[in-house]
Amino acid sequence: MSKQILELKNVSKIYGSLKALADINLKVNAGDWLSIMGPSGSGKTTMINIIGCMDTPSTGSVILDGVDISRENASSLTRIRRDKIGLIFQQFHLISYLTAVENVMVAQYYHSMPDEAEAMEALEKVGLKDRARHLPAQLSGGEQQRVCIARALINSPEILLGDEPTGNLDEENEGIVVDIFRRLHDEGVTIIIVTHDPEVGDVAQRKIILEHGRVIQDIDQTSTFGQALKIHHE
Amino acid sequence: MANSRRKMYFRMVTSSLIRRASRLIIAVLAIAIGATILSGLVTIYYDIPEQLGREFRSYGANLIVLPKGDAKITREILAELENIIGREKIVGIAPYRYQTVKINEQPYIIAGTDLPEAEKNSPFWYIEGTWANSDEPDHVMIGHEIAETLNLKLGDSFVVQGVKYGERAEASRQDYSAKENLQRDKASQNFNKKLFVKGIITTGGAEEGFIFADSNMLDELVGDIFRADVVECSVIADAQELENLSRVIEAKLSNLLPRAVRRLTQSQDIVLGKLQALVLLVTLIVLIITMISVYTTMMAMVAERRREIALKKALGAENNLIMGELLGEGVLLGFLGGAAGVFLGFEFAQRVSLNVFGRAIHFQVALIPITIAVFILITVLASILPVRKVMDIHPAIVLKGE
Repeated sequence: MSKQILELKNVSKIYGSLKALADINLKVNAGDWLSIMGPSGSGKTTMINIIGCMDTPSTGSVILDGVDISRENASSLTRIRRDKIGLIFQQFHLISYLTAVENVMVAQYYHSMPDEAEAMEALEKVGLKDRARHLPAQLSGGEQQRVCIARALINSPEILLGDEPTGNLDEENEGIVVDIFRRLHDEGVTIIIVTHDPEVGDVAQRKIILEHGRVIQDIDQTSTFGQALKIHHE
Repeated sequence: MANSRRKMYFRMVTSSLIRRASRLIIAVLAIAIGATILSGLVTIYYDIPEQLGREFRSYGANLIVLPKGDAKITREILAELENIIGREKIVGIAPYRYQTVKINEQPYIIAGTDLPEAEKNSPFWYIEGTWANSDEPDHVMIGHEIAETLNLKLGDSFVVQGVKYGERAEASRQDYSAKENLQRDKASQNFNKKLFVKGIITTGGAEEGFIFADSNMLDELVGDIFRADVVECSVIADAQELENLSRVIEAKLSNLLPRAVRRLTQSQDIVLGKLQALVLLVTLIVLIITMISVYTTMMAMVAERRREIALKKALGAENNLIMGELLGEGVLLGFLGGAAGVFLGFEFAQRVSLNVFGRAIHFQVALIPITIAVFILITVLASILPVRKVMDIHPAIVLKGE
């Protein structure tokens, strides 16, 4: 039985009169691959921001690797995010004036020590060694997202968090990225991905569906029921 | 290990400037213009005293040296005086010997001097004709007043008569005939010489009542060695320096009485003080304008790079680390702008100096580090507030998917 890496206990997030998240309870074990799905405004991004230490819940607690991060200040959250979270964005968010390898090294720089050989290795894992010296503007969307994945993985985070990581990719590149996630999952990396795309959501080991800030479904896609549900959806 | 962090820091800062050059060119330009004006004005500021000192020398001698009592100034004393003042500071040094002569039985004063030196001391004299010189010792310059009284024009001749040095004039005796008295006047104790008018001087001052001739010719005429009654010096110095110089001369040459011409030196100091204050004021304004320009540029830069800053925060960068990177870029901008400004500033100062003073200026090597340091400081100071905006950027809000 793998250890529990993340737990959300009665987590709510309230913006004025809007309840973006309402009493969320969620447990994620190390090595899990979880996809979070739901319509726009269902609270997916709010949830991933809280898990990614970029926001705090209004009530409830978030236990990340045994530490309650729900009441930490901004500086502590930055440190925890740096040490435990790898982020992948829909918009890639690469630094335009740095090459692919330098973009990966930036994450090393803020975490510990930049190591170009290690950064090159990370790019090799996502099949971009040959494009390491290119600027983001010289890379395709799929290549940029792979750089983003290499950057997210370079510091060996506890959790790889993706916010619509295939949202800006064509089918071919989506396939490449999903394959990378599959490989990472096989290597034991914990992956949590927010997605609109059912195909991406379905390849995860587990899928939760949010609506109006609540978890309305939590499906173990490896179980017989999960498989049956997947076939039904197809 | 720390070395690899430093290397990455420089890699990020330089890449940001090099690969975003088109966006930063305005900032570098603003700093370079500020640095150009600043270094140019500072160059002029330090060069003004010398330049203006030379300009003020057009208004005549500013140091008069007289012998004490009945003594005269010999060539040896004159040479010593030159050494004390320093040849590089002397614009002109003209010794004068005054000799009373008679023209048509009327008394006039002839001033024997080193004519080229006198010319350097008196560029404001208006000369009809040309300056006399030692090549034609019989050709002299006369004041406008004498020319009018004796009705003399350029090229005209006149005869000067007088008693030689150390001799006494014989008064006409009533018991001698006119012929006998005339013979006595032409005797060896007297001199008599025909001179030609080479130039007529108009100054509006006392000079118009004098005859100016080569001192060697006058010494020969009066049968004496060089003995000056006064030495007029035009020295590049301000009032304080002249006072100090006077004290040194008095201490080293006790038989001399140096006097600074206060009217000139004080005017020079007042004009100089006002000009330097003006330059300082303009420099201050330029610095403020540069700071405002850098401030707005950095503000725009931070706003434009909100996503990048938010991303760095999302990757775990602390605020001070990101602020350090932006300030590093500011330092590099200040360095580049300052370095460009030093050389452009010298060119600017050179052109101003050539146009206003008609002289080239010296390049102040010390200005290179000073200007660069000042502009790095200005850029950093102007960047502090914009860079602090980093703290207000929330990665979750800025990086929100579109």
